Amino acid sequence: MASSAGARPSGSSKPLLALAIVIAALPLALPNNYTYEVAILVGLNAIVCVGLNLLIGYAGQISLGHAGFFGLGAYGSAILAARYGWPAWVSLPVTLAAVALLAWAIGRPILRLKGHALAMATLGFGIIVSIVLATEDRLTGGPDGMAVPPLASFISGEKIWYWLVGAVLVGAVWLARNLIDSPRGRALRALHGSEVAAGALGIDAAAHKLSAFVISALFAAAAGALSAHYAGFITPAKASFLHSIELVTMVVFGGMASTFGAVVGAAVLTTLPQLLTVFKEYEMVLLGAVLMLTMIFMPRGLVPTLERALAATRAKRR
Amino acid sequence: MLEQYLLSGITTGAIYALVALGFAIIYNASHVINFAQGEFVMIGGMATAAFFEAGIPLPAAVVLSIATATLVGVLLEKLAVEPAREASVVTLIIITIGASILLRGLATLVWDKKIHRVPAFSGEAPIAIGSATLLPQVLWVLGVSAVAVALLAWFFRRTLTGKAIIAVSHNRLAARLMGISVRRVLAVSFGLSAALGALAGVLIAPIAFTSWDVGVMLGLKGFAAAILGGLGSSTGAVVGGLALGLIEALGAGYISSAYKDVFAFVIIIAALVFLPNGLLGRRAAERV
Amino acid sequence: MLLRAQSVGKRFGGVAALEAVDVALERGAVHAIIGPNGAGKTTLLNVLSGIYKPDSGSISFENQELTGKDPHHFAAAGISRTFQNLQVFFNMTVLENVMTGRWLHERCGLASALLRLPARARAEQACRQAAAALLDTVGLARWADARADSLPYGALKRLEIARALAAEPRLLLLDEPAAGLNPSETRAIDELIRRTAARGVTVVLVEHNMKLVMEVSHHVIVLDYGRKLAEGEPRVVSRDPRVLEAYLGTEACST
Repeated sequence: MASSAGARPSGSSKPLLALAIVIAALPLALPNNYTYEVAILVGLNAIVCVGLNLLIGYAGQISLGHAGFFGLGAYGSAILAARYGWPAWVSLPVTLAAVALLAWAIGRPILRLKGHALAMATLGFGIIVSIVLATEDRLTGGPDGMAVPPLASFISGEKIWYWLVGAVLVGAVWLARNLIDSPRGRALRALHGSEVAAGALGIDAAAHKLSAFVISALFAAAAGALSAHYAGFITPAKASFLHSIELVTMVVFGGMASTFGAVVGAAVLTTLPQLLTVFKEYEMVLLGAVLMLTMIFMPRGLVPTLERALAATRAKRR
Repeated sequence: MLEQYLLSGITTGAIYALVALGFAIIYNASHVINFAQGEFVMIGGMATAAFFEAGIPLPAAVVLSIATATLVGVLLEKLAVEPAREASVVTLIIITIGASILLRGLATLVWDKKIHRVPAFSGEAPIAIGSATLLPQVLWVLGVSAVAVALLAWFFRRTLTGKAIIAVSHNRLAARLMGISVRRVLAVSFGLSAALGALAGVLIAPIAFTSWDVGVMLGLKGFAAAILGGLGSSTGAVVGGLALGLIEALGAGYISSAYKDVFAFVIIIAALVFLPNGLLGRRAAERV
Repeated sequence: MLLRAQSVGKRFGGVAALEAVDVALERGAVHAIIGPNGAGKTTLLNVLSGIYKPDSGSISFENQELTGKDPHHFAAAGISRTFQNLQVFFNMTVLENVMTGRWLHERCGLASALLRLPARARAEQACRQAAAALLDTVGLARWADARADSLPYGALKRLEIARALAAEPRLLLLDEPAAGLNPSETRAIDELIRRTAARGVTVVLVEHNMKLVMEVSHHVIVLDYGRKLAEGEPRVVSRDPRVLEAYLGTEACST
């Protein structure tokens, strides 16, 4: 266990580079548009999960309503673009700013709650958003959704969207890792480790939880907006309770307090249902079974369990 | 009109209370939020419909379906929760989420994706009480729920198993040292919660129909009711359930039926912000 | 007077954990709070560090009014502490625990963190060095990159002290620093307290270990049933008949 004091913890720039390489090389393995589409979906989910992981894995909070922010980002940009004709480079930042403000306003009272109460409050928020989106049909097109204009005339087609989403994902991971490696990242982890001790060190728990909440809401909204412009269509189902649960499941499955766990979790749980459709009516049963078995045998999530296994084999070889 | 809303509110409230009790019992015994609770409700309704459609008389179908759900509950505990007992609460929650997906998938395989009807227990002719009319099934819902809650209270207070469950919920280690089998307590808790959920599903099926995914929303509402009442408290679950039912009905009647859920959740969030431990929950101080 | 707490009261339900307690702490001394179990010692410490808000009375530190404020304000004012039930950050390494203790001296804005501005790297290196130096003073240097949850109990107690010192406090509150330690570990804590006080930090310890208290403190406060029973120099207090009656007993009073 001994090592020189002050040795740098495993460099965080290498995995980021690895991610960038994987994203750059992946197209070589993607045979058709459908696989590109799945990859883009993985990327969008991964962006949300990286942000959500900051909140759940690092700050130790919970949100069962993050699909609400995803939906708000999607509809915000969609409505500004479709109904008011705003170009994307205006509608996107304005939407994100509005979501940040909303997340800040909502976060302040509810982040004082802990555990199940917080889970319930975030759950309630997500459901309220999805119901409002489905009901205000003059604005949103109702439960059947609405059409969304493209992001820009030159951004169309699976390949270009793949690179765009890939770049945004790399950017999101870079931002998240910077935060985690900074003193603010330690402050978040301290809150998770012992909120009492963190306070005794001068860390303002409420302020840090709020900033993690707002940042994760922004990641979700950005992914939502991109997904709306990509698909050309958006429905309130994207803000549903089930989608929120899917997102949390991806984060926990991949491994909490692990940014790459979040990406891997998103990758596996986005592609798995697509793969399982070959089993047609057994898809749900198999998905449920895989989820249960993985969490029973890898309770810390996929990436931390693999990391430990790797470290154990390295230690054995020495 | 008010009586109508109150009546419909108490009816759904009774259902929510039963589901919420299921959440509370499992949480108390194991600190796990069982996201598959709604699926027990679904099994109650769907199994009854299936047994009845297969020719089994309704009373027997009801008993069989509750028994089936109880068995599923115990299996869930033995096969999924028990092996993961060392894992964190979050992991266990995800396992129950997986279980809920699995159970919904099984429901579509064993049965189908169609909406099914279950006949009312004692006829469908509406009864008039004052200026309100109610279906006879509503009396069954209210009556049976009340009996179930009373039986449950007796069970926890008077029987050794019931007291063992309460002991485990307070201090697992101490209970074990007293010779209480925590494994048995967990199995009984899951079985009991499943039975309660299935009972709720059976009672409401004649009114609201049943299908493979009715459990999602009912489970969610039951969870909300349990938290509203204060998660550690069985009385809280009942109070929370009734409160949620009433809030929904009044919201649907006086505000808008489209926004009744919004109204309900806004109230719940506000209640939690001012009473973080729910209406009846205890304040647990952290010793440092 | 470094810290003045006047007529502090704290109730939990029907129980008065503290009642009309006055505390005046002089700068640069080592103070001890003793008393039987349940006397309110940890409650007093929690009030003095802002974790409990008093129901009555006031607290001022270096003439700054702190009553009713959140714990992070107490920390920002210059008060640091350790805990009776270890509150080590088990999800971090030993070094990271102490680096977190430097929070008040790390000026890290959100934008600077997210964008990894160049000044961050230098600040991070300085933080790491300061933390490593502190680990050295408590004798934990070789454990720096170990996960905190792999350390033995005695080392964890020292880690909490190092983390508290990382904040460069003017007042250090230690809640039972010697609890569960063997005699040689206790001597190490004794040494640490003396060195800390010698550097000008005012120390308050809540302790049951009377030998440690008598050897290291200049001023002792005795609590019993939430009230202040006696205070003064250790030798004087240890002979006070009221204190003997309530707590010490004839055997422990061998100093």
